[in-house]
Amino acid sequence: MSTQTVTGIIEKYNSEPKSLIAILQDIQANQRHLPKDALEEVATSLDIPLSQAYSVATFFKAFSLTPKGEYCISVCMGTACHVKGGKQVLEKLERDLSINAGETTDDLSYSLEEVHCVGCCGLAPVVTVNDDLFSKVKLRGVKRILKKYGEK
Amino acid sequence: MEQLNTEPTKTTANAQKPFRMSVLVCAGTGCVSNNSFKVMEALQDEIKKHNLEKEIQIVGTGCNGFCAEGPLLVVQPDEIFYAQLKVKDIPLLVEEHFLKGRPVEKFMYTPPEGEVAIPKMSDIDFFAHQRLIALRNRGLIDPEKIDEYIGRDGYTAIAKALTEMSPAEIVQEIVDSGLRGRGGAGFPSGVKWQLCAKQDSDTKYIVCNADEGDPGAFMDRSIIESDPHSVIEGMLIGAFGMGASEGFIYIRNEYPLALERLHVAIEQAEKYGLLGENILGTNFSFKMNVVRGAGAFVCGEETALIASIEGKLGEPRPRPPYPVESGLWGKPTNINNVETWANVPIIIDRGAKWFASIGTETSKGTKVFSLVGKINNTGLLEVPMGITLRDIIYKIGGGIPNGKKFKAIQSGGPSGGCIPEDQLDLPVDYESLSEAGSMMGSGGMVVMDEDTCMVDVARYFLTFTRDESCGKCAPCREGTWQMHEILTKITEGNGTLNDLAVLEALAEVVKDTSLCGLGQTAPNPVITTLRYFRDEYLAHIEKKECQAHVCRELNTYIIHGDVCKTDGKGCGVCRRECPDKAITGEKGKAHVIDQQLCGKCGVCYDVCNFNAITIE
Ligand SMILES: Cc1cc2nc3c(=O)[nH]c(=O)nc-3n(C[C@H](O)[C@H](O)[C@H](O)COP(=O)(O)O)c2cc1C
Ligand code: SF4
Ligand code: SF4
Ligand code: FES
Ligand code: FES
Repeated sequence: MSTQTVTGIIEKYNSEPKSLIAILQDIQANQRHLPKDALEEVATSLDIPLSQAYSVATFFKAFSLTPKGEYCISVCMGTACHVKGGKQVLEKLERDLSINAGETTDDLSYSLEEVHCVGCCGLAPVVTVNDDLFSKVKLRGVKRILKKYGEK
Repeated sequence: MEQLNTEPTKTTANAQKPFRMSVLVCAGTGCVSNNSFKVMEALQDEIKKHNLEKEIQIVGTGCNGFCAEGPLLVVQPDEIFYAQLKVKDIPLLVEEHFLKGRPVEKFMYTPPEGEVAIPKMSDIDFFAHQRLIALRNRGLIDPEKIDEYIGRDGYTAIAKALTEMSPAEIVQEIVDSGLRGRGGAGFPSGVKWQLCAKQDSDTKYIVCNADEGDPGAFMDRSIIESDPHSVIEGMLIGAFGMGASEGFIYIRNEYPLALERLHVAIEQAEKYGLLGENILGTNFSFKMNVVRGAGAFVCGEETALIASIEGKLGEPRPRPPYPVESGLWGKPTNINNVETWANVPIIIDRGAKWFASIGTETSKGTKVFSLVGKINNTGLLEVPMGITLRDIIYKIGGGIPNGKKFKAIQSGGPSGGCIPEDQLDLPVDYESLSEAGSMMGSGGMVVMDEDTCMVDVARYFLTFTRDESCGKCAPCREGTWQMHEILTKITEGNGTLNDLAVLEALAEVVKDTSLCGLGQTAPNPVITTLRYFRDEYLAHIEKKECQAHVCRELNTYIIHGDVCKTDGKGCGVCRRECPDKAITGEKGKAHVIDQQLCGKCGVCYDVCNFNAITIE
């Protein structure tokens, strides 16, 4: 995604308070988190209390207040993926990346997340990395996925 | 050109086109992840190479339903079905089939237990027993081209509604059809429309709920990806019938392809004068908005969804007032699920009587299900109401893979329950599933076999509802947390019979006292597993045993030295992966686990490529 300024994003939505969530989604997509000054700018421009911006930013799973890695690896923990071994895949990634689910590597390369279903349940277990989707993932295949996003 | 069991149309798509063959390539999320775009490019190149562009048309369609076999390709008019195609297969396919007219057997689908390939799509069990109404255009049209939807009678229903019917007649038609909500609760849609139509207000809204929160289901994604205009047309008809002039589609942000197709569809409909001011030259105007969800399951609940569209915290509020009285910005608002809306145009087109002739006494029409888990034919299907679970699992689903034994089918997602073998002859309708302790839900069906532990499944769902509880009301917030604690204790082998009693009591309290549907239904997975699989709970508690070997704390991991040495050549993978350094051995020699050090994480069992490790 091209970089847009926070101001540009807010303007795109005409500074409408009802577009708060959409604005935050665009900032999150752009900056991989919601920086403090961005939240402040949003609150001022939309003329809403900063506390409202924060409560929305912390309520929804899509938002993060700390920076996410360049590659966001999401392991599906939906029901279909659960019965087909999604948890084992997650644990393998945790071991290989030396981080727990919900964490980001120190060099900001990878974030590891759990997601509740990406709608490809027929291809369980499923892992996504940014916009790419990997289906019927086997433990042996985890290395290959990481390799693909390894050296920048 | 008709695909069996889809609804015949008055006009046929591509009727005037001179193409000798249409090649329908699935471009749904599942097949795209399996490289279908690359396959499509290769096809285009190859067809160009052979100068066949004028004879053969390539169409990228939405999800065909049989995602596990993707990328899929269907060649019309002969309905030849190809599965799991690779880019490298394309030259041979084009040469043999498209040039020489000899369909290529080795690229066709062969059933798991069968030996011969099945050339025709409608002969494949997965498709043969389906009846496509909501999904009437799936796999037949390019969802990004409005003309193809129109070519299959699209937007004739709204034309009929606007020119031949009064708003009251439209609402009555939906009442008479017997259509019930497909989003979970199964409320009669016509009754809801009547309530909304009755409201005296200059502004009314309608909403399409495409939040699809059930983890393990993808009906709504599939409908939007394969036929977005059917949803838009349904909403137009509803808006005219109820007197609304603005609509919102609330869609999960996790569905990028569906989101994109929706935007394309809306843009095209606007260009054709089907959305916006003075639609089809009448004085009916309608504006469509798309709102992206932000990843909270509770936002699928209608009052939380409304709050979220307004840009507020997605928390439910007590009802009444119901949204039809006071919804978005305090105005009357009618909310329906994607599949409910997709049924509307064809009901108006064919008439309520036709629709009501399909299904059972109380449940009319068809239902779309996503059939996943431990089943041979995973995918998306649409069947008439009243079909038995057994037919879904064995006739369409092709049974359980690897010769394993069926254990349960879970329907209704986190709000539903698990149905055991002896109830499989139940007809699928709203009432029967509820009586069995589960529910129709939005259409997720997850099949479980002997390797699935039902206590673990109950715990899984409670992990989900605990995490997704918005925390507004105490019974749901504290109750799901407490139930999850007890279930964890049982799966770790520390449960007591008293825990079981507390769990049952808690389940009733949470069910009866929670504010919204999330809490009220969260105990269902616990209640049904206790009802049908109590012996598994007892085995965990009394014998400290998990027969499915899922609850790792109750397992003992053992390396079979001979297999490790001869088959695995002492590869050492488990030794390197063991987090507790409990495994010793040298390359080429048998490895052993020190049971004192073993933390029972199960990693060695999962990573051993030679089945040298077993669980006792
Ligand atoms: C916790 C919770 C989550 C829900 N999630 C969804 C959902 O993802 N999709 C949906 O259509 N309905 C969902 N519903 C049901 C909606 O509240 C509402 O009843 C439905 O959208 C009405 O449409 P229908 O009558 O066409 O089914 C959910 C309800 C609850 C309590
Ligand atoms: S992974 Fe299997 S084969 Fe390899 S050393 Fe371990 S037990 Fe032996
Ligand atoms: S179960 Fe875990 S801790 Fe025990 S030996 Fe295997 S890898 Fe090591
Ligand atoms: S359960 Fe994993 S994609 Fe749906
Ligand atoms: S995505 Fe191709 S069949 Fe479902």
